[in-house]
Amino acid sequence: MPDSTKPRLTHAHLIELLRQMLRIRRFEEKCVELYSAEKIRGFLHVYIGEEAVAVGVMQSLAPGDAAVATYREHGHALARGVAMGPLMAEMYGKKEGCSRGRGGSMHVFDAATRFYGGNAIVGGGLPLAIGLALADKMRGRENITACFFGEGAVAEGEFHESLNLAALWQLPVLFICENNLYAMGTALALSESETDIHAKAQSYRIPSEAVDGMDVIAVEAAARRAVAAIRAGGGPRFLECRTYRFRAHSMFDAELYRDKAEVEVWKKRGPILRFTEWLKSNGMLHDTEVTGIEAEVSAEVDSAVVFAEAGNWEPVEDLTRYVLAEKRA
Amino acid sequence: MSAAGMVQTTYREAVRAAIRAALKADERVFLMGEDVGRYGGCYAVSKGLLAEFGPERIRDTPLSEAAFVGAGIGAALGGMRPIVEIMTVNFSLLALDQIVNTAATLLHMSGGQFNVPVVIRMATGAGRQLAAQHSHSLEGWYAHVPGLKVLAPATLADARGMLATALEDPNPVIIFEHVMLYNMAGELTADAGAVPIDKAAVRRLGRDVTLIGYGGTLGKALEAATALAADGIEAEVVDLRTLRPLDTATIVASVARTRRAVVVDEGWRTGGLSAEISALIMEHAFWELDAPVGRVCTAEVPIPYPRHLEQAALPQPAAIVAAVRATLGR
Ligand SMILES: Cc1ncc(C[n+]2csc(CCOP(=O)(O)OP(=O)(O)O)c2C)c(N)n1
Ligand SMILES: [Mg+2]
Repeated sequence: MPDSTKPRLTHAHLIELLRQMLRIRRFEEKCVELYSAEKIRGFLHVYIGEEAVAVGVMQSLAPGDAAVATYREHGHALARGVAMGPLMAEMYGKKEGCSRGRGGSMHVFDAATRFYGGNAIVGGGLPLAIGLALADKMRGRENITACFFGEGAVAEGEFHESLNLAALWQLPVLFICENNLYAMGTALALSESETDIHAKAQSYRIPSEAVDGMDVIAVEAAARRAVAAIRAGGGPRFLECRTYRFRAHSMFDAELYRDKAEVEVWKKRGPILRFTEWLKSNGMLHDTEVTGIEAEVSAEVDSAVVFAEAGNWEPVEDLTRYVLAEKRA
Repeated sequence: MSAAGMVQTTYREAVRAAIRAALKADERVFLMGEDVGRYGGCYAVSKGLLAEFGPERIRDTPLSEAAFVGAGIGAALGGMRPIVEIMTVNFSLLALDQIVNTAATLLHMSGGQFNVPVVIRMATGAGRQLAAQHSHSLEGWYAHVPGLKVLAPATLADARGMLATALEDPNPVIIFEHVMLYNMAGELTADAGAVPIDKAAVRRLGRDVTLIGYGGTLGKALEAATALAADGIEAEVVDLRTLRPLDTATIVASVARTRRAVVVDEGWRTGGLSAEISALIMEHAFWELDAPVGRVCTAEVPIPYPRHLEQAALPQPAAIVAAVRATLGR
C-alpha cells in the first residue's frame, strides 16, 4: 500500500498540481474581467495568490470527505472537483449554477462533492464543520471534514467554541486557517494579541502545524500527515497556511491599508511562479508543457463562460422555492 | 429655511458629518467597529476620520461582534459615549446576545441604576445583489425589544441629525442605514444639526390613502405616490423615522384623514413591523377605516443573488400602486 502521508512526487502528480493551481488562477482572472463587464455582481472575492492552499489540501481528501469554506471559495470548489461550468454559471446567477444561481460568488454549494459552502459569515463555517464531523463519527464513517477559514475568523467566538468542541469530542475535522495577514483592511497584528495562530489550536490540545502556504508541496505534505492522523482516530488537526492575497479584498476595496511594495514582494513568492520555476530547474517541466496546460485551462475557462452565458434565469414564479424542503429526507 | 445656505451632500457624507460633529462636541464619544479606521469603513462612511481623530477614537476592532458591541455597552456604562458600527445587520446577529440580553435589560434588571447610553449603527437592506447573508432587513426584530430605541433615517437631514440626538439619549439606540441610501445626493442646510427622534414625519400630503414607510422604503413610497398622482389618486406619505417607540399619534392622525393605509416594509411580512403597524391602526382608527390596511413587504424568502429575483423579492413602487388601488377598489 502506498504511503498516503506523503505526496507522490511523480511527474504526473506534479503537473496535476500545477494544472489545478492554474485553473484557479485563470478562472479568478476571468471573474475579475466579468465583474468589470457587470456579468458578475454583488461581492466578488478572488483567491489569486492563495491557490497552493486549496490545491494542496484537497489532495489529501477522499471522495467521501466534506469541505466547508468561506466567501473566497471558488478555488476550493474547483480543487474539490466542482465543475467549472456550473461554478461560472453560479457567478452569473443562472439556473444552471451549482447553487441554482441563488447564492452567487459567496455561496457555492455542491452536494456531489460534499462541498458545504460558501459561508459569508466570518467564522460561520466552523460550527457547521464540527457538526458534519460529528455525524460522520456517530455513524462510524471514515470521512473527515476539511474546514477552511481566514485568520480574521480566529477572533470570532465561533472559532474558539468550535476548536474546543472538536477537541473535546475528538471529531474528525481538519481545520485550515488561511493566514493571508489581512482581514479586509485589518492587519493580523492589529486584530490578534497572539499572532502565532497555530499556537492557539495547541491551547485546545489540537496538534497543529504552520506551513508555507505558498508552497503547494509543503501544504499537501502537511495535509496528508494531518488527514492520516485524523483517519487513524487521532481527533482534529489544525494547519495554519501562511499565504497572501495578491488582489484587493473584494471588488470594492481601494487597498488603503497596505503598501504596493509589500504586495510585490509577496508576488515574487507566488505559488504558481515558484512551483513552475522549481519544476523547470529540476528538469521536470518544459516550456511546451506549460503552453499546453495553459491552452487546456484557457479552453476550459472559455467553455465555462459559454456555458454560463447560455444558461437561463430562473423564472420569477419560482422565487419562493427552496425556503422549505420540498421532499422528506 | 436658515440663512446658512445650502450645501450639496450625500447620505454617506451626512452620516460622516454627524460622526465628526459628535467627536468634536464631546470627548467621551468614540467610534469603533470592523475596518472603520484604516480601511475607511466597509461603506466608506468613516473615511478620513482616522487621520483626523486618531486610533484612540477611531478604533478598528477584530472580527468579534459580540465582544466589541458588548465593549460598547460596557464603555457606555463606564461613562463613555460609544458609537459602535456593525458592518451590516446580518452580522449583528453575532452580537444579538449583548444587545438584547444586556443593553436592553440592564436598566430594568438593576432596578433603574444602570442605563446604557450606547449608539449602535449598522447597514441594512437589499438591492446590491449581496445574497442571503448580507441583505436582510431585521429592523423589526430590534423594534420588538423593550429597552431599545430604533431609528431609520431615510433623508439627508435625518442622516445628519439623528446621531446627535441618539447620543444624548440615556438609552441604547440602534440606527439603521439602508445600503441603497448611501449614495443618495441632495442639498442640506450648511448648519444642519440635531433632529428629534420621537416623531414620524409626513413627507407628502394627500387625501386618498396613507402610505407608511421608513428607511429604504420611503423613496419607493414617494415614487408610488407620484405615479398615483398622475392618475388622480392623492397619497399621503408617512416616514416612520423611529421604529421603536412608534409615533402612533402621527400614523393615526394621517389614517383618520385618508381613511386608508398601505404599509411598505422591506422586512418579511410574517410577524414583521408591518403587522404591528397594521394592528396599531386597527386598534386606534378602526372606525375611521374605509378598507383593510394593505401591506407591501419582502417576499418570504432569503434574499436571492440574481438581480431579477432580488428585485422581485423586494417591495417595488408598482406593487405599492397596486396595493393602493386594491384598498381604493379602483
Ligand atoms: C461576522 C462577519 N463580520 C464581518 C464580515 C465582513 N467581512 C467579510 S470578509 C472579512 C474579512 C475576513 O478576513 P479573513 O477571515 O482573514 O479572510 P480573508 O478575506 O482574508 O480570506 C470581513 C470583515 C462578515 N462577512 N461576517
Ligand atoms: Mg485574511
